[in-house]
Amino acid sequence: MAEDLVLHEPFEEAARQRIAVPFGVWSFLATECLFFGGILLFYAYARWHGGEAFTQGAKEAAVWYGTINTAVLMTSSLTMAIAERATKGGFRVVARWMLGGTLMLGLSFLVIKGFEYRKDVHEHLIPGPGFKFGQGPAAQFWAFYWTATVTHAIHVTIGLGIIARLLWIERRGDLLLHATSAQGGALYWHLVDIVWVVLYPLLYLVGRP
Amino acid sequence: MNSDPTRGGIPERGAEPPSYLREGTTVRSWLTTTDHKRIGILYALAITFFFALGAVAAALIRAELVTPSGDFLTNDEYNQAFTLHGIVMVWFFLVPSIPATLGNFLLPMMIGAKDVAFPRLNLMSWYVFMAGGLLALFAILAGGVDTGWTFYTPFSTLYSNSHVLLAALGVFVVGFSSIATGVNFIATVHLLRARGMTWMRLPLFVWAMYTTSLVMVLATPVLAMSLLLVVAERAFGLPIFDPRSGGDPLLFQHLFWFYSHPAVYIMVLPAFGVVSEIITCEARRRIFGYQFMVYAMVVIAVIGFMVWGHHMFVSGQSAFASMVFSFLSFVIAVPSAIKVFNWTGTLYRGQIRFSAPMLYALGFIGLFTIGGLTGLFLASVPLDVHLTDTYFVVAHFHYIMVGGSVSAFFGGLHFWWPKITGRLYSERLAQFAAISMFFGFNFTFFPQFIMGTMGMPRRYHDYPPEFQPWHVMSSVGALVLGFGYLWPIFYLGWSLFRGERAPANPHGATGLEWQTRSPPPKDNFDRLLVVDQEPYLYHPKESTPDEVEQAHAKQKP
Repeated sequence: MAEDLVLHEPFEEAARQRIAVPFGVWSFLATECLFFGGILLFYAYARWHGGEAFTQGAKEAAVWYGTINTAVLMTSSLTMAIAERATKGGFRVVARWMLGGTLMLGLSFLVIKGFEYRKDVHEHLIPGPGFKFGQGPAAQFWAFYWTATVTHAIHVTIGLGIIARLLWIERRGDLLLHATSAQGGALYWHLVDIVWVVLYPLLYLVGRP
Repeated sequence: MNSDPTRGGIPERGAEPPSYLREGTTVRSWLTTTDHKRIGILYALAITFFFALGAVAAALIRAELVTPSGDFLTNDEYNQAFTLHGIVMVWFFLVPSIPATLGNFLLPMMIGAKDVAFPRLNLMSWYVFMAGGLLALFAILAGGVDTGWTFYTPFSTLYSNSHVLLAALGVFVVGFSSIATGVNFIATVHLLRARGMTWMRLPLFVWAMYTTSLVMVLATPVLAMSLLLVVAERAFGLPIFDPRSGGDPLLFQHLFWFYSHPAVYIMVLPAFGVVSEIITCEARRRIFGYQFMVYAMVVIAVIGFMVWGHHMFVSGQSAFASMVFSFLSFVIAVPSAIKVFNWTGTLYRGQIRFSAPMLYALGFIGLFTIGGLTGLFLASVPLDVHLTDTYFVVAHFHYIMVGGSVSAFFGGLHFWWPKITGRLYSERLAQFAAISMFFGFNFTFFPQFIMGTMGMPRRYHDYPPEFQPWHVMSSVGALVLGFGYLWPIFYLGWSLFRGERAPANPHGATGLEWQTRSPPPKDNFDRLLVVDQEPYLYHPKESTPDEVEQAHAKQKP
């Protein structure tokens, strides 16, 4: 709990040290927003100029996989939020189970994504030789699809690494001293979720009234 | 600031702790350090290497250009030489130069902190920098890159036969070290200021680091994404900018310059900070218009994000867009001019010492002014149409980046050398270096303005013979400039071993970093600091006549 906080260099005040990690992560989230902003600009351009052909390509996206994955990732956001609160409140057992749950949900997201990729590959949805639609805006949609989802999956993997580290700290027995790390990890995980919430309609709901 | 060493804290009992340089002397102790001062030195060693690498490429270019025909470089090799020069100098030298070395060393000390907010992240940023540097180095050794530092599509993604992927990955990776440094500095300034160090008491160098960090954190990710898209198109054949699928190569230019124009401010804002510190100290004057200096930097950082389109006047973007970008580019000249006027105002009635750092700083003001004013030429659409892709542009941005930032970097290096190393260098030899750098720089780049207006295009090594006199002048100037860069290695190196021991505050400066020993102990200060004054109190208020006292001058009828 907060009173157990151990001051470490370079901090002189507990209050400052406690907000340091969330502060740093928030700054980094600003970076992430601009990072994804770049590829969303590409999407906006391609959809604006691609018109109906772009929509035709988008209709091939596997909406069921996407929807299930959205539900999985949203649930993981809930478990992560509970884990963070439990850490702050000193409920070790709850924190451990919720972190474990987030890890499992995150992993299942990646597994489901893998199945979706397999389906996409079978249906020749990779732009290039043998691509279902040939050159054109549909290829641009799928270029966005692969770049954005792979980038997002890398973020999920990094997030899982952070959660695994929190679980390891918990195993060591001093998670409660690292409440700010849990807070920072949770912030990052929520960013990963929010990015997906933005990607989901852009990828799966285009041309589906 | 708190200049009385007996006040404001309890002195350490017993022997004082050793300096940061003696706190472990093994290679391992350096490579695993989390001390911001040591990390600053690690960065300094790394960027010195990259500076040398970029300088070799520049030397090749200037040697090749002495005669109008191609001499010893083929067209491809010439392309690789200027690409190498650009990539290495921008991302592996200029962007990290002042923030990662002087900034790392000084920022915590100037605000009275023991270290940056995230010391381990700080060390990690150096390793990330080295990893990116190795990738870029590998790209060079594997055969080079020929796209120019701008990686313009579709050449970079579809046609170039050089090692674009490796170089782009290197730049991508090195961006994360910028971001880490930026996040660290922002958190440090917000969270670790000493008691009494309010925002309006921060030295201008700290404000410069803070605004630079904001730009780093918000601009670098856009570069990362644009390079990622280049990699996706080049390596995996995904049609992103490919016109055959309806893509637009100009989209890349927009993304690239959305980073790369703010990057100019990443390179020059730190220089503003350094110059403000040197000029106040060496003129023994309070800074003229402190608040305006602060707001000018903040405004530059913000508007810097809105002017990228002036790199694309001839790209076919809409006339309306060009007009807006042109207007905003003129607007950003205002805060820059405020800074130049305020530095000049600071000199008025000062007791100026023409020491080596001051010579560098004064040189900075002149060169930055020329660079800034020629920037206005380029911000004007009709003139830019004539000058785009000529040596005028080359000269303009070298005046800002080399004349401005590198001069300031050398000035800062000299100014804080006694604090960093604990040794004094030879003032005479250093003054000689500063002057040769100033003249060498002007000999190299002023002729380029002239041949640029006459129509000499950039990026060609085969040129019409009427330009030869200007190219010869420029190449001879580069020799002098090269001497100006090499000469400090000798006397600074000599001072490391034989130099006189530096006192705590050899310049009689007011900053907190001078209130501790030279070189400082690992924790920077032997006592807790309390700040009760504004910065740059080189002369007490009311001690000077009204016309000199700027802050509270009475209105004259």
